[in-house]
Formats: sequence, C-alpha cells, structure tokens
Amino acid sequence: MKRFLILFLVVLLIGTYGCKGRLPLEDTSKRVVVWHWLTDRQDTFAELAKIYKEREGVDVVFELYAPSDIYYQKVRGAAYTKTLPDIYGILAEKKDFAVFVKTGHALNLSDYMNANEGEWRKSFFSRAVSVNEFSENNDFGVDPGVYGVPMDVMNIQILYNKDLFKKAGLDPERPPKTWDEFLQAGRKLKAAGITGLVSGWSEVWMIDCFASNYAYNIMGEAKYIDTIRGNVSYADPDWIKVFQLFKEMNDNHLLAKGIVSMINKYAEQMFANGKAALAFNGSWCVNVYHGMNPNLNYGVMLPPRASNKFPLMIWGGAGTSFMVNARSANKEEAVKFLRWITSKDQQAFLARETRNLPSNKKSLGDISELLAQFADDMDSTTHPNNLPLSEFPRVIEARDKGIQSIIIGEKSPEEVGLEVQAVKVREMKKAKARNSTH
Amino acid sequence: MRKIRVRDITGNYLYVLPAVILFLTFHIYPFINVFRLSLFRWDGLSPVMQFVGLANFRDIFTASPEWWFSMWHAFYITMFTLIFQNGLALILALACDRAIRSANIYRIIFFIPPVLSGIVVGLIWQWIYDGNYGLLNYWLEKIGFGYLSRTWLEDPRTALTCVAIVHMWKGFGWGFIILLAGLQSIPRQLYEAARVDGAGAWDIFRKVTVPLMVPVFVLVIILTILNTMQIYDIILATSHGGPAGHTEVPITMILHSMRDYREFGYACAQGVVIGVMLLIVSFALIRVSKGVRQE
Amino acid sequence: MEKPVYYKTKKALANILTHSFLLIVAAACVLPLLWMVSSSLKTQATVFSDMSLIPKVFHWENYYVAWTKGGFDKYFFNSLSYTVVVVVGIVFITSLAAYGISRLKMPGKNIIFFLFLAAMMIPIPGGFIALYALLNKLGFLNPNTGYAFLDDLIRRLGYILPLVNQGLALGIYLLKISFDNMPSDLEDSASIDGCSKLGIYWHIALPLAKPAIAIVIIFNALNVWNEYILAMLILQDKSLMPLQRGLMVFQGAHITQYPLLMSGITIATIPIILVYVFMQRQIISGITAGMAR
Repeated sequence: MKRFLILFLVVLLIGTYGCKGRLPLEDTSKRVVVWHWLTDRQDTFAELAKIYKEREGVDVVFELYAPSDIYYQKVRGAAYTKTLPDIYGILAEKKDFAVFVKTGHALNLSDYMNANEGEWRKSFFSRAVSVNEFSENNDFGVDPGVYGVPMDVMNIQILYNKDLFKKAGLDPERPPKTWDEFLQAGRKLKAAGITGLVSGWSEVWMIDCFASNYAYNIMGEAKYIDTIRGNVSYADPDWIKVFQLFKEMNDNHLLAKGIVSMINKYAEQMFANGKAALAFNGSWCVNVYHGMNPNLNYGVMLPPRASNKFPLMIWGGAGTSFMVNARSANKEEAVKFLRWITSKDQQAFLARETRNLPSNKKSLGDISELLAQFADDMDSTTHPNNLPLSEFPRVIEARDKGIQSIIIGEKSPEEVGLEVQAVKVREMKKAKARNSTH
Repeated sequence: MRKIRVRDITGNYLYVLPAVILFLTFHIYPFINVFRLSLFRWDGLSPVMQFVGLANFRDIFTASPEWWFSMWHAFYITMFTLIFQNGLALILALACDRAIRSANIYRIIFFIPPVLSGIVVGLIWQWIYDGNYGLLNYWLEKIGFGYLSRTWLEDPRTALTCVAIVHMWKGFGWGFIILLAGLQSIPRQLYEAARVDGAGAWDIFRKVTVPLMVPVFVLVIILTILNTMQIYDIILATSHGGPAGHTEVPITMILHSMRDYREFGYACAQGVVIGVMLLIVSFALIRVSKGVRQE
Repeated sequence: MEKPVYYKTKKALANILTHSFLLIVAAACVLPLLWMVSSSLKTQATVFSDMSLIPKVFHWENYYVAWTKGGFDKYFFNSLSYTVVVVVGIVFITSLAAYGISRLKMPGKNIIFFLFLAAMMIPIPGGFIALYALLNKLGFLNPNTGYAFLDDLIRRLGYILPLVNQGLALGIYLLKISFDNMPSDLEDSASIDGCSKLGIYWHIALPLAKPAIAIVIIFNALNVWNEYILAMLILQDKSLMPLQRGLMVFQGAHITQYPLLMSGITIATIPIILVYVFMQRQIISGITAGMAR
C-alpha cells in the first residue's frame, strides 16, 4: 500500500511537471499583454486578437482574471512591484486612478487623442473620454490629460416589465415621468400584488448612484460639488429632500422587500424571471436578461423627475477603460492596438457579440432596440469620476448606509442627514491634520 | 558526556528547522510588516508612506463606534456558535459513538457542508432566507406560522442570528469529527466498568466522558473562537455586512478599510487590535483549562 | 432485571429519537448538495424559475461543456499535484517539528511553540499584497533560469510554499498534543532496542498519531483544493492554474452561468469528498489500532 502510494506520487509529479510543453517565449517586441476581468468578453477579445495578428503580425494576449475583486488585488500587487502588463484596466475610482498616474503606471495619451484635430478623441462619446481625463486644476494633483481609452459605455436607468405594468393597470408605453406618477405606479403595483423595484442596494455604490441622480435633480451640479468641498452640509434641506425620496418610495410600496440585502445579480434574476416590475440597473443588463429569459417584455425609462429646477442626470460614461503601462517596452504597439480595437468596425463587432454599448459613437448602427434606448440618453450622463474632486469614502458609506437605514425604517431622513454631516466633519478634520504635517 | 549532549541538542533543532524557516519567511516577516504598517498611513499604491505613530490606534479606540459594533457582532456569533454549533456537534458525536449501523454514512453526510464551496452556500441560504420567495417563509406559511415570515436578512433584529445559523451549519462538521475522534479514543472498558457499578447514562457522561474529553473540548472551543471571530466569507455571501451595517464583523471592516477607504495602515492597526485580543482570550482559555485539568 | 419491558421500550424510544434527529440534520446537509447537482442539470433560463429538485430535462451535456470550457483537463492535474505536494509537505514538516517539540530536548522550544500558536490567531490583512511583494523579491514570480522546466518549478514552488506555511500552526498544535500522549515506556523500550530518534519517530510516534494526522490531511487538502485567491495572484500562466480557475470562467462581471458553474463545482467537489471518505476511515482504524495495542 505504502509503495503504491509513493509510486503514485512520483508519477503524478512527473506527469504534471514533466510534460510541460510550453513554447519558448516568442520575440517580445511583437507581443502585447492585456489584463482584464471581463469574463463574458474573453472569447470576443481573443477573436479580435487573432484578426489583429493576421493584419499587423503583432501578438496580443488577453489574460482574464476574475472575479473583479481578485483582479483588483492582482493589479495592485503588480503596480506595487512594478510588474504591470502592457495594457490593463484599472477598475477604480478617480482617486486610485490618480495614484496610478502619479506613480507612472499610466501613459498620458493626450497627444494621441488630440492628434489630427482630435480625431481619435472625437470618435468617442464625450462622457466616455472625460471619465478617463484629468482636467486643468483638478484636485488630485495630476498633470492634466487623458490617461485611459474607453472600451464601452454604459448608463444606469430604470427597466420596467411591460407585461406586469399592463397587469397592474399601467400603460406600458407611457412609463411614469414625474415623481408623483412614480409613487402612484407603486401603489397600483401593490394593489395588484406585484413586487416593485429591485436593485442591488446591498452594494453601496448602487444606492449612491440612485441618490446622486436625484441630488443633481434637486440641487443641481454646482451645489452637489459644493457639498463635496464641504461648503454645504448634508443636513441641508435639499439633501434631506433627497433622503426623503427613499422614505416615500418605501411608504408607497415601490421597493421590493429585502432590496437592501440584495446583490445586483440577485436583483437581475428577479427581474429577468418576471418577479419584479421595475429594476434599477445598467445597460449591461440587456445581455444578462437575454441569457436568463429571452422572452422578457421590458422597456427602458429614465428615473422620474422629482423636481423641475435642475436636470436629472443619470450615472454613466465609460463602462470599461484600458490604460497603457507607461513603463511598458511596447507602448507604441499597445496604443496602436487600442486605436484599432476602438475603431468603428471593431466596436460594432464587440457591441453585437457582447451586447454592450460601444464607446465609438459611429458603431451604434447594429445594436438591439433596447440597447438603443440606453444609448439615446448618453448625453444626460454624469459620473463621479467626471468631477474634479471626490467625496471621502467614509462619508459616501455613511450616506448610503444611512439610506439603507431609512429604507428599513430605522432612521429618519433628518437623522441621517445629521449623522452623515458628523462623519463629514470628522473626515475634514482628519484631512486638515494630515495636510498640515505634510 | 558533555560533547555528545551539545551535538545531540543541535541535532534536535533540525527537526523544527524546515517549519521554522517557512514560518519566518511567510508568517513572521509579513507579520512584523503588519505591525510596522499600522504606524503609517498608506493607500496601498504610492511608494510614499506617512508615519503617524499611534494615530491609527487612537482612531480605532476613540473615533470608530462601527468597529466596536462589528466586534460585538462577531462576539455574538461566536457565542451562538459555541453553544449551538458545538452543542449540536457534541450531541451528534455522542449519538454516532454508540455502535449504530449507519454511523459511517452519517459521518460522511455531516461533513458535506464544510466541503461545499462558499458560492453554493451563499446561494442556497440566500434562497432560504429570501423575503419574497424564500423557502423559510414558504414553509412557515405552510405550517401556519405565516405571521413569523419576514425578510430575514434585511430585518436588523434577525439578520445577525440568521448569519450565525449559516456559519453554524457550515462548521459543525468539523467539531463533529474532532469530538467523535475524541469520544472514540475513550476505552470502552471504562464504560463497562461504570455500568457494572450501576451508574446511569447521565452519571457515566458526567464522570467518565467529560473529564477525559476536556482537552478535546478546549481544542474545539479555541478553534471555534479563532475561526468565528475571523468570519467574513459567509457574511459577504449572504448579508454583505448589511442591512445598514448590522452584520459587519471585524474582518469585513478591515476589508472596507483596505478596499473602500484605501487606508492600509489603518487596516493593519485593526488587524493588530483584533489579533491581540484573540491572543489574550486564547491564552486565558488555555490557562483555565490547565487549571481544570489539575482537579 | 426489574422491568424488562420498560427497559426495552425505553431503549427503542431512545433509538428512534436518536435516528430521527440524525436524519433531520443529515437532510439539512444533503439538500444543498442535491440542489447543486439538480441546478447543474438545468439551463440558465430554468435554473431559478424551475423550483423542483428534479429537473424536468436532464442536461447532462452541461458537465461536458463545463469540463471543456473550464479547461478542467488542464487544471485537474495541477490541483491534484498542488494538493498532494502541499499536504505531504505539511504532514512531514509539522510532524517532525511537533515530535521535536514534544519529545526532544530543545531549550527554548516552548517559545517556538508559543510563536506558532500566536500566529494562528492574528489575521494578516492585506496579506496578499505583502505576500506578492515578498515572492517577487525572492524571485518566485518571474524566474529566468533559461530552462522552462526549472522556471515552472520555481513558479509552482512560489505557490506551494505559502500554502504549506498556512497549515503549519494547526498541524504542529494537533500533533504535539498527540505526541504528548505517547507513553514514554514505549519510547524507552524502543531506544533500548537500538532505535534512533528518527526511527522512533517513524515507527512509533507517527502511527500513534494517525487520527491527528488524518485531521491535518483533510483540513489542508480541503484548503488547498478550494484555494483560488493566491493562485490568481501568484500564478501568471494558465497552464499552472488549479481547478478553481476554471470555475471563474463561468462567473462574469455581470453574468453568472449558473448551470455550468454548478456542474463545475460538482466536478470539483467530488474528489475532496472521496479524500474525506478515505480519511475518516483512517481516523477510526487509527484509533482502534491504538486501542488494540
């Protein structure tokens, strides 16, 4: 028995280590390595890489590391040890992005973007580029410029199930446009015994998205930015109004039970299976719903206005962006490849195969009708990464956890406003103390 | 005689050498790093770190009520687990210790939960606890207790206990095999002798089983405490720290510090705090158990 | 016997209660497994809409797709070899160390033991990045010896060594306790017979500690087999990746292909259950062997 085991072990080791069969490394000057986390696009990327190789003779290798939190760690580990590949996505907020740029991990692409009267730059949706750009006098201390290339765009709106709407006595072709209509829809759905809105609101950023949409609507962009600067308190009546909206949704049975403990994937399941009438989700959902229930009869609507004073902005912009490693030996080849993959035909191909919105404006021709509904609203989008500065992460968390408390009925909007402001004050004090010792 | 002694002893050190080398490299070195980092402010990326001395610790002890809440949550789950998980494991081990026929099968079945991947565990229990279409509510209504149904993971009163139940379900398999192994190493003759003396089942348990099982109990208790206080993957898979922070535990807080606030130094300080606490608790337990064993 | 009938019914009742309790708990354990397997046989559209435990249509092809799409053939061998190497490594290193601490004269050995214990208790946040940087410094991440074979070996070691390290603390603790219980007269008689320290270790101590070793094996085999975070971080080349990497292909950023994922997980779970089944017999046989002594 023992001898058999030992033999087994030896065979196993030789088997695994012996038949390696790894080809000797090819000439690396013709090789570009790309790291990403987009599982659903790996195959399409690989196909495009093949085509590119035939055209240009350059080997582009797409390496997938998923799920996204693992990817996040991997990129950061590689950044720290300066072993990043030629092209990679960052999956980060502006602040992180800024650090990557400052430590020399991201190549400044402004020259390429602006060449030929900005030909490359203009091919994109403007929002997609600005998410990757640092403006003059930004608060991050980064040299102004464009540092990333958008691969796709997305925006987040509300989906509604047309069949369930009909069942509740609502007009499937005229979804609610104002807040009151929205609340009324909630009541009608409840009367028909249909679950209302689902969304991944256990994930803090999703709540934040919804809240900031209405913050823009109620107080306007300028005041929103002023709040981040610390000049406006979160206990301000306008902010209380924003928090109040969540209470109103809850009171009118607009929100599905358990929405605060849902992850987005679960919300997507519910909506796809016709178990909820509304979903707050991004344009990637078209692909998801299609996979789970191709016969789902649904439409896209903008979040209903709560106020007429300022426009309602939805969250959107570049979905995924790739950066070029400034330390890479193949910078030129990398940029060339990115140019190619963001040109009209390639983007159209990607959009068709992966059902995502292309970042190239001209590639919209062939996408599905539902995706087109998303694309139409790209101009009303904004994104935290578009702003010249960002809020303290703890304040964002306090804000969103506070909203969760409102939804489960634990706290009132006024209480939340005061609490969030308290956290803000604490963070500002800490920041001042840090900066003074710098 | 002396010379041989010295050579002997040095030779003895060789036995622990491989373990110590690995340990120093992969444990002690990062360990010291954690202590060192806890004195800095660092975002995990920039090559520059800012020395802040004990400021991180000061923040933890004076300005972080959420941290201490998370400790309380972990403590609650740990107590729950100690009592119910290990109680269950003990009862099951006792039941299987008797020479019943299907003991073998039960042994295998009870070990399935620990083997299942976190993904499956998360999915199943989310389905069970779901407020709208969950199994638990479904069965409650079926047997007439419908008024008890609720969104288990969203209700601040029940969320933590529900998570504790999942943890207990996943973990009792370990306690079970360790306790069973311990039980089965008690010589049967002792039981026979006690029975001949006229002792009832409860007396046998109290006077024969328990004293001999004390070291095993201590082992299981310490392992449970260490494991449960560091729980996080079940939380992430079921309640995600919600609702509104009611199921946050120390490790999820550390993850937040790392990922969301990007304050590595602070995260390390949090790690040090909880580590030291666990250390104290474990050694206290070992002391106490030694005392009990003297009796 | 005073009341034979009473005694018999009491025993029967106790048996029934015991069995029903065991059955309930067993059901709670088995149902998720059944659900997992049943989901693996459904389609993406029906996996959450069809609530029955037995799918209407059995899609066995999911297993084939999962195997090929997940590249399991490549990764299976890797997982197997990592698990075996790491577990064997842990068993030997910890048993040697525990033997030393338990039965040999070593000044300061208690401090060493204390350190190992303490290590079990303090979580290392951000441990991954620190580990990554350390491995990079030591040269495990991008070796360039000029021989592909050697390079791969070094990369694999970079993965194996930290995993071995993770299992040391518990292993040493368990085995030391086991060795402590070893009666010294056995040892004495063996050394009188001319057995060296190593011989005593191999022929007497190890067999006596079989139950503890079995636990160490199961525990670490499970950990290594299910490990994927470290694998993703440290291993760059797909050909070195373990099984869990194959599973990740089914978990997209937004879409999870549940039936395929469940098939993949089922395939991945079977070996570890087999290991456990085999090992738990060892615990029992080890104990009974100890008693028969």
